[in-house]
Amino acid sequence: MNWDVIIKYYPKLLDGALLTLELVVISGLIGVMLAVPIALMRASKTPWVRVFPFCFIYFFRGTPLLIQIFLIYYGASQFEAVRESALWVILKEPYWCAIIAFTLNTAAYSAELFRGAIQAIPNGELEAADAFGMNWLLKTRRIVIPRAFGIALPAYGNEVVLMLKSSALASTITLLDLTGMARTIQARTYTPVELFTAAGVIYLVMAAVVIGLFRYMESRFNRYQYYKPNVDQMGVDKQ
Amino acid sequence: MIDLHGFGHLLLAGTWVTVKLAVVSLSLGLVFGLLGAAAKLSEYKVLRAMATAYTTLIRGIPELLIVFAIYFGGSALVMAIASMFGYDEYIEVNPFMAGVAALSIAFGAYATEVFRMAILSIPQGQWESAQALGMTRSKTFYRIILPQVWRVALPGLGNLFQVLLKDTALVSVVGLQDIIRQATTAISSTKEPFTFYLAAACIYLILTAIATAGTLWMERACTPQARYKG
Repeated sequence: MNWDVIIKYYPKLLDGALLTLELVVISGLIGVMLAVPIALMRASKTPWVRVFPFCFIYFFRGTPLLIQIFLIYYGASQFEAVRESALWVILKEPYWCAIIAFTLNTAAYSAELFRGAIQAIPNGELEAADAFGMNWLLKTRRIVIPRAFGIALPAYGNEVVLMLKSSALASTITLLDLTGMARTIQARTYTPVELFTAAGVIYLVMAAVVIGLFRYMESRFNRYQYYKPNVDQMGVDKQ
Repeated sequence: MIDLHGFGHLLLAGTWVTVKLAVVSLSLGLVFGLLGAAAKLSEYKVLRAMATAYTTLIRGIPELLIVFAIYFGGSALVMAIASMFGYDEYIEVNPFMAGVAALSIAFGAYATEVFRMAILSIPQGQWESAQALGMTRSKTFYRIILPQVWRVALPGLGNLFQVLLKDTALVSVVGLQDIIRQATTAISSTKEPFTFYLAAACIYLILTAIATAGTLWMERACTPQARYKG
């Protein structure tokens, strides 16, 4: 092990880690915003509403993320109309292409998670909302979404860790994220073992932080699951 | 229909490489998974700690980084060993081997958890009755536990295989002539990136659909009670 290389290039690797985090946070947030309506459509009872989300989810879950990134980054330039439109300012930047690809990808995966969560909401709670005379919008906003969020939270935490890992693919379209940075420095110094180990450690730390964050959020949002009634104070006899 | 300008056979050749890579990594990965699960459930603390380190490390590191580490780090390692024997030329690790190593290690880490849960789901009575019949622990494992574990683990392994199939795309980054690499080759002469990457995506969709169908068929084959209609 050549520690000098790691120490010398550590600030660079941390710069890369910052870009990785930036990509994950931005595309994660937009992805959730897209995923909620898609999941609601996917869970709809009207068949033709389900067609678009089904195809969207099927495509993005059935093909490798690498192809999705290439389709957006290289593929968009095939069409004259795209190159001359206002969108080209965004689509020629690898940064925005990576964000678009990650957003659509994570939207598809989390929409599927949210759909499962929406369908796992106990029927009684929805009936109770109906009994209160809530209309569809109010019921969705006050009951379905908050409840589904709590149910989906542990699985969504896994999805964020997976997204953190797949963000390494940004390095294939010239972005200097953590993997890209390690690879670039490695090409200069010929010390692959040291640099990839250092990058791996940073990824592990980031994954651990994400997991910890979601554990904390779960204990907040799903507090009812961790609630232990104090038997003594309730005046119940202990046999 | 998509016009492939006569590059269709390249994509097919790439598909064959992808399928080979996926199947070889699957078989090696299953071995890693079983070994990992056996280590995680073993009586020895050292083995348990090693298996936990394996699954935690591998599941927290991007697959792409594992591919790079094995491809670039592997050739450094092989060269270091070769130079001990007095061979100082540059040696490159074959991308296919690097891909198989990276993907099967990654698959094995996730499969370890699937197998562990499946083994734990087999009632203790099965072990005890096999012991009562005079079977040794390893014989019990191969004859009694493993066939039942297989059935419980199948849906989880099916999902993992889908992930593996998609992760084969990563190996194209280090130069394996798989679907994506061949599509890129075709693009460099036709200048139609969207067409060829879309065609590649469609091939992956077909492959994942076949994998899903295969998993469902195997699940059906090993749960006769679900097929029994009285």
